[in-house]
Amino acid sequence: MSAASADTNPGARSGPALDLRVLGPILALAVLVLTGAMLNDNFLSYANITNVLSRSAFIGIIAVGMTFVITSGGLDLSVGSMAAFIAGLMILVMNGLLPTLGPGVALVLVGMAAALATGLVAGFVNGFLITTMRIEAFIVTLGTMGIYRSLVTWLADGGTLSLDFGMRTVIRPIYYDGILGISWPIIVFALVAVAGEVIMRRAAFGRHAAAVGSNDQVARYSSVNVDRVRMLTYVFLGILVGVATIMYVPRLGSASSSTGVLWELEAIAAVIIGGTMLKGGFGRVWGTVIGVLILSLIDNILNLTDGVSPYLNGAIQGVIIILAVILQRERKADA
Amino acid sequence: MTELRLDSVTRSFGAVQVLFDVGLTLAPGQVHALIGENGAGKSTTMKILSGYLAPTSGDVLLDGVPVTFPSSQAAEDAGVVLIHQEFNLAEQLTVEQNVFLGHELKRGFLLDKRAMRDRTAALLDRLNCRVDPRAVVRDISNPDKQMVEIAKALNRDARVLIMDEPTAVLTEREAEVLFEQVDRLRSDGVAILFTSHKLDEVKRLADVVTVMRDGHVVAQCPASDLSEDDMATAMVGRDVSSLYPERTGAVGDEVVLSVRDLRVPRFVHGMDLDLRRGEILGLAGLIGSGRTEAMEGLVGLRASTGTVTLNGAVVRWSGPRDALDAGVAYLTEDRKGRGLLLAKGMRENLTLASLGDFTRGLIDEAAEERALDRAIADFDIRAPHRGVVVGNLSGGNQQKLLLAKVMLADPDIVVIDEPTRGIDIGTKQQIYEFVHALAARGKSVIVISSEMQEVMGLADRVVVMRGGRVAGEVAGAAITEDAIVRLAMGLENTVRHREPAA
Repeated sequence: MSAASADTNPGARSGPALDLRVLGPILALAVLVLTGAMLNDNFLSYANITNVLSRSAFIGIIAVGMTFVITSGGLDLSVGSMAAFIAGLMILVMNGLLPTLGPGVALVLVGMAAALATGLVAGFVNGFLITTMRIEAFIVTLGTMGIYRSLVTWLADGGTLSLDFGMRTVIRPIYYDGILGISWPIIVFALVAVAGEVIMRRAAFGRHAAAVGSNDQVARYSSVNVDRVRMLTYVFLGILVGVATIMYVPRLGSASSSTGVLWELEAIAAVIIGGTMLKGGFGRVWGTVIGVLILSLIDNILNLTDGVSPYLNGAIQGVIIILAVILQRERKADA
Repeated sequence: MTELRLDSVTRSFGAVQVLFDVGLTLAPGQVHALIGENGAGKSTTMKILSGYLAPTSGDVLLDGVPVTFPSSQAAEDAGVVLIHQEFNLAEQLTVEQNVFLGHELKRGFLLDKRAMRDRTAALLDRLNCRVDPRAVVRDISNPDKQMVEIAKALNRDARVLIMDEPTAVLTEREAEVLFEQVDRLRSDGVAILFTSHKLDEVKRLADVVTVMRDGHVVAQCPASDLSEDDMATAMVGRDVSSLYPERTGAVGDEVVLSVRDLRVPRFVHGMDLDLRRGEILGLAGLIGSGRTEAMEGLVGLRASTGTVTLNGAVVRWSGPRDALDAGVAYLTEDRKGRGLLLAKGMRENLTLASLGDFTRGLIDEAAEERALDRAIADFDIRAPHRGVVVGNLSGGNQQKLLLAKVMLADPDIVVIDEPTRGIDIGTKQQIYEFVHALAARGKSVIVISSEMQEVMGLADRVVVMRGGRVAGEVAGAAITEDAIVRLAMGLENTVRHREPAA
């Protein structure tokens, strides 16, 4: 049976030839950059590129974590709400400790620690419900999405949580400064992406995540601790949401019920555009980075040019996502 | 009465020719067995017969008239039905819904449920199958599913029935039920073709045997003219009379693994087992007797209680990782569902269970490649190319890769569940040699098998399970099919009585 089914797939991949599934996202990105450069002289300016990359960083950092979750066969819809909740909590902690610690580096560090710890706990809660309690990831994170969103609204009493003005100038540099003219969000995004790519490709954890997403029974019978791998993907994602929030809070200095809305879908979209399979089993972090850039560039180009209304941003992104999935389907067929 | 014939059929995939001048005739009221090693061209032949593939040249003749089936649907409409090895049933639907799937009877706009139920019941009656038409397919047994497939085919008025390894998932007893139905269909004038790796079945069932090798028909004659040995020789192209290698290396006295009162909820109700160094222990019993569950419980794949002593020390394993680290590996019977990642390459599959040995912070891919080189050489894995997706390997090569994967962790005790299910005879022989080589190197092996011959040919000692308990054990010259079957069926008293005489 199996021998013949190999026969019936004569054109099937006979080696690591470069195919559209690898080149697709890169080509799309290249086309977007060229289009942008042709349409607007400012597109390739330092200011615009820094702006696009810095804004991509929030989604990008989250999307790297999401790549691992999706690769291992999971999903996390709660990250946008989680970011809002972490932002709110971080602001409350810093405001609350301002009288004791004063506006300085120490307070910023405490705020960061709070953000990371909250992200870790939130990710752990998702992971615990999914692995130990054996509830569908979709259901669990749909639930926690509502919970975090509602909690931040409650913390803000329906309005906006604002960072004390005394703190804003202290914390501002996290978003606006950098080294060698590269802003911190871009640097952090790059570091997270490189680390993610290395872990996905070359570390046992990445291999295990792909194995679990490919067939969790095979992974289990191969002595892989499936629950631990799954749990860790959610915990890592939670921590990365914390990191993204640390970058985000200095930018506006506030959090409200509308913070981070739809981030989860943008992150998932970026992962899918990058060539990671939604059903799990295969993921690539560099693809996710390209996916994030594609989504941000579409937004940026529409804002810089008059030809197409920026209101059509969502429509164009939607088309790109669907195209990406159509490209993925070929992979399924010969798997 | 319908006759289906292939006349000098060839088939190529791209530049590769896989069928050469194949001719065979499926006559009404005749059972035709198609045998050959994996990759001999059986599947392609069946697909051409049933309209899934078109021949590159040559003719498919239905009652003497050349036909081209544009699709399997068209073939079914002409009364030619292929039953796949993996059942093609909608698991969530009931038996009757499956039987009429796509051909529902209607009264006006609405489904005529009563008529469909009656027809289904009549069909199942005809097959002597007692499954309830209203039962959900997910809940019924494998042989019943097989019967539902046949009922479905008969409901389409199948005159030519093609079955791809119908007994691969059945126990010997379940297979016997199937054979009775095949006999019945034969006397109804249905033309039947089936494939099987079990030559005793071929002997028992077939009127005509066609043997294929490397895309050629190498023998075609009445089944009565061929002995099982003749068939095997024709398939492999060499003499395989000694399927089971000569046992070398002696069983040690030292008990390496001792299991007391092993219990797996619902499946195993107190099992004792001792395994010696260098021993090949057969674990026999009917499917459902708890063999697999007991071993999965032992290595921590299932929740279990009991006392396990390894090399004299009591151990507790909370999961397969612990067992493997302690040197006990379990090789699953379900190589596609639990053994291998079919969408991944050989390298990733090979090292999955022992990735830690290849990781110093990062995975050492060069070391993995070297391990793959060794595995390919040691286990004679034949892949079309190195980057092949494992799902595209033949069953035999998948099994060898799975064996290589488990052995890569260098266990001292290996439990091999159904080592040769769905594998051609040449590869079987190789796998038996591996098992013997392991034992000769002082490893201990537990072989779970539903194939009586295999247990008898391989094992130094056979423990027979029945209903979640050890029904008894036989060793050495006392290992006979009769003794094992009696224990497995619960006639153990007779055996005990006879044992001293043996």
